[in-house]
Amino acid sequence: MISAEQKKRARNVGYGYLGLAVITLVIFSRRPGDASFRLTEGGFSLTLPAQQFAYIFGIVFVGLGAAQLWRGLGKVSNIVLALATAMFVMSFLSWATSGESFSLVGMLQDTVSRSVPITLGALGGILCERSGVINIAIEGMLLAGAFTGAVGASLTNLWFGTIIAMLTGVLLAWILAVFSIKYRVDQVIVGFAINFFALGITSFLSFRVLVPNPDYNSLVPVMPISVPLLSKIPFIGQILFVQTIFVYFSFAAVALLTWAMYRTRWGLRTRAAGEYPKAAGTLGVDVIKLRYRNLLIAGAVAGIGGAWWPIGTVGRFDQNITGGRGFIALAAVIFGRWHPVGAFSGAIVFALAEAVRLKIGNFDTGIPSEFLLMAPYLVTLVVVAGFVGASRSPKAAGQPYDEQ
Amino acid sequence: MKELIKSLRYTFLALLASLLVGAIIIVITDIDALKSGDFGKAFSTVLTAYKSLFEGSFWGLRSISNTITGTTPLLLSGLAVSVAFKAGLFNIGATGQMLAGGMTALWVGFTMTGPGWLQVPLAVIAGAIGGAIFGGIAGVLKARTGAHEVITTIMLNSIASFLVLWLLKTTTFQREGRPDPISKEIADEAHLPRLFGFMDGRSDLVAHAGFFVALLATYGFWYLLKRTTLGFELRATGLNSDASKYAGMKSKSLMVVAMLLAGGFAGMAGATEVLGTYGYASTSLAGNIGFDAIAVALLGQSSPIGTLVSAILFGALQAGGRSMQANTDVPVDLIIVLRALIVMFVAAPLLVKAMFRVKTQVASQGQTFRGWGG
Repeated sequence: MISAEQKKRARNVGYGYLGLAVITLVIFSRRPGDASFRLTEGGFSLTLPAQQFAYIFGIVFVGLGAAQLWRGLGKVSNIVLALATAMFVMSFLSWATSGESFSLVGMLQDTVSRSVPITLGALGGILCERSGVINIAIEGMLLAGAFTGAVGASLTNLWFGTIIAMLTGVLLAWILAVFSIKYRVDQVIVGFAINFFALGITSFLSFRVLVPNPDYNSLVPVMPISVPLLSKIPFIGQILFVQTIFVYFSFAAVALLTWAMYRTRWGLRTRAAGEYPKAAGTLGVDVIKLRYRNLLIAGAVAGIGGAWWPIGTVGRFDQNITGGRGFIALAAVIFGRWHPVGAFSGAIVFALAEAVRLKIGNFDTGIPSEFLLMAPYLVTLVVVAGFVGASRSPKAAGQPYDEQ
Repeated sequence: MKELIKSLRYTFLALLASLLVGAIIIVITDIDALKSGDFGKAFSTVLTAYKSLFEGSFWGLRSISNTITGTTPLLLSGLAVSVAFKAGLFNIGATGQMLAGGMTALWVGFTMTGPGWLQVPLAVIAGAIGGAIFGGIAGVLKARTGAHEVITTIMLNSIASFLVLWLLKTTTFQREGRPDPISKEIADEAHLPRLFGFMDGRSDLVAHAGFFVALLATYGFWYLLKRTTLGFELRATGLNSDASKYAGMKSKSLMVVAMLLAGGFAGMAGATEVLGTYGYASTSLAGNIGFDAIAVALLGQSSPIGTLVSAILFGALQAGGRSMQANTDVPVDLIIVLRALIVMFVAAPLLVKAMFRVKTQVASQGQTFRGWGG
């Protein structure tokens, strides 16, 4: 059965393709010249004539839109949507960079790296919310993890720093758990208070302790590790398998959580506690204990995500270094409909937006750069409004559990 | 009145508790004192810090003026978050709505000519409209497509900040002869009158009539909730959208209305900042206010009086924090910690009760917003 809602969504997608066609044909075809994408670090590059490229893609989009509106694309529609998005990004990039050389592999590598804290933060969100506790405090956990990770790693070594960051996440999660599960305080209020506390205390300490003692805040971040064999795959290998250990950890975490959530007893109980805790409790699941445990694991995961900043990239802590990435992670959770893989793809989308934003500011396109910088957020808005739509959350998320 | 006293009392106890924790934080982070074992010095730092925190917020006309200036945008944007909470929506977009309102008020402020009594209200209203339109986008998207307001308002914040960056570089807005994104100054008549303007030679008293705009808006919010059908319907959808739908309320239009109102309040916050505090616009117009506003609304439990009390408290802390940073080596960021602790202590009445052995009825905690679902 196809509901009216689904029909409406399918129609929106169809109009979306036509919109993409218009943008590609009208705007992206305006600039003659070749865009050259460096595909490997070595210098092998792909040169695309921007204009012809835009025409071809534009016509493909018209075809897709027509097909979608006429009969719908059925089972393959999600794959087609992903491919179409990739094509659109490509034609956008070839338009923006035409006449210049541009390292595609570098940008995508950057995207994957930047997705780490968003992914891990989002997994932390899923772990909590699937078991029925709203976690607004992701931002605070990331930020506090980044701070203690930087100090811990500066004073001892990188491993210890990461573990300290993880424990910091656990500590904040424990506070969230005690207040929201035991004292049954509104989860959003506790979560936000934790965010504020983390922002305040890390800024306070970085002025009061780190500035007078610079050696507490200087470390050499981890180097990328090339995975043997896999990193030799052309193009893909460079992007996915020449990365820091944080990236591999986040891949593993997504896979592990997906498996655990849908294939183990723990996963079934977690989902039950998030959907209908009374029933789960009646059947002998200790909902309170389960929620406690999930929150602590979530804190650990988010804390490691925070350690990515000092230990995975920049090598130091700066005031408010997370800059709202925790909220982006929250958006990724909703975007991915509380599924680890969905949230991961959301994180990749947001990270791509960031990577494009950092690259694109340098190119002269005739359009004010602010609009190019704004584009990723506009696209997200359109995608969420038109294609993703309402997402159903775990039913009991936000409600304290009453054991009776 | 009873509500006000209760709210004040809780907040005061929470403030006391958080100052206590803050003092511990100041002492244990005084690395030099700890190394030399000189605890007396660490404790005297706490005393001087809190003394200047208090003096900077309430002691003397200048401090009161600074507190009023800090309170105004916090109150208005706090209302923006509160009204959305009342309807079960989580408005993270006060920043973007403030920027939108600030820019429209600015535009009216420097293009219009005319007497001040006409220009100022028009500019404030223009700000409210600008903010309302921007906030309304999130409401319409939610009502039409179900797109979650947490995602859309975060995205709209980024969009607004780039839009403002671009606008500030256009010839219409950019100040002549300036390469950086900074706007023209508004006309002299368009300035919100200074509250202490009658005192000669006190140019340091910056508080402006935006405070009265904020108070008026708070009254409007109270009136809406307590005396109108619309307010009743907003609260009803916020508490239980299914039941309100069953009772014949149009929950989708109510979502849009709530976001329009939220944007309107935040837009006025932007307008009063431009017309009163700065006299021009820059990219840092909204600062962290949109984020702080969430704490204001949470502390005030989304009620008009609660929002007012918590905005004044936060405004006072902000004014006092600056003078604390100037007079001691305690960074102003301590006040963010204090705010977090206050919110926490107020939200957990059991904890405060245990600390101070107060015997009061524990207020039952309601949901702030309707979960994540559509």
